[in-house]
Amino acid sequence: MSEADAAEARRIAGEARDRVRFEEEALELADQVYRVARRLVGTREEAEELVQDTYARAFRSWRSYTHGTNMRAWLLRILTNLNLDRGRKIQRTPDLQPLEEGDYYLANKVAAAEGEQALEQDQVVERLSQGGVVDALSEVPHDFRDVVVLVDIGEFSYADAAQILDVPIGTVMSRLHRGRRILKQKLAEESLT
Amino acid sequence: MTAHDPGCDKCEELLQGYLDRDLAPDEVVVAEGHLDACDYCRRRYRFEENLRRYIRLSASERMPSGLMAKLAELRDQQPRAL
Repeated sequence: MSEADAAEARRIAGEARDRVRFEEEALELADQVYRVARRLVGTREEAEELVQDTYARAFRSWRSYTHGTNMRAWLLRILTNLNLDRGRKIQRTPDLQPLEEGDYYLANKVAAAEGEQALEQDQVVERLSQGGVVDALSEVPHDFRDVVVLVDIGEFSYADAAQILDVPIGTVMSRLHRGRRILKQKLAEESLT
Repeated sequence: MTAHDPGCDKCEELLQGYLDRDLAPDEVVVAEGHLDACDYCRRRYRFEENLRRYIRLSASERMPSGLMAKLAELRDQQPRAL
């Protein structure tokens, strides 16, 4: 075998190894990817389909992933793009949302219903039913919800969320803050009325 | 015991940034200085911290069994160079 052939053989073998490593790492993240997907779409079936489409694309375009960077964010970037392509209308962020309540709103409601001391108990939040959380989240408008899901459920940093959604970091922060307020308002409506 | 000194309003504004560890150092001083002296706000910060944890746990749903096998199948269907 010539020197050139040997070098080519080594290159091919190295690439095959990189690919297997990529695939293993990606599959290990599937549960975490699914958890985020599940809250971005309405049903379990849609979430499963979206995750499968994401992995099909990821496996095809594995070369565009830079080894050593955040693969979970890379996968979620594909997933959120696919989710937009699947016909979710790009919602203009409404400039004139009804003014949401402040950050103490839900705590104030709980205190009014159960007394100020209830806020001292760690379990008090459990009285907001689990289903109430999921329903309330699904009612938060998309643009706000995407950011809340990525940061508060997916535990992504502001910077990762900005990259995933392809928006400036300032937009992530403002949508996150407003999204959380809207969520608390919905929780108060659902759980404490 | 109701809040409504302006310090409480400011503290409410700083809540999310504080829990996200995203405040400037001088804002952290303002928030912590107020929290040291104010039960009303301290309870609400604690409630918010618990709430965030509860939201994360409640909204988090495990991957359905069977999905992993489908993903592995997608991997195996990819064409490989010889």
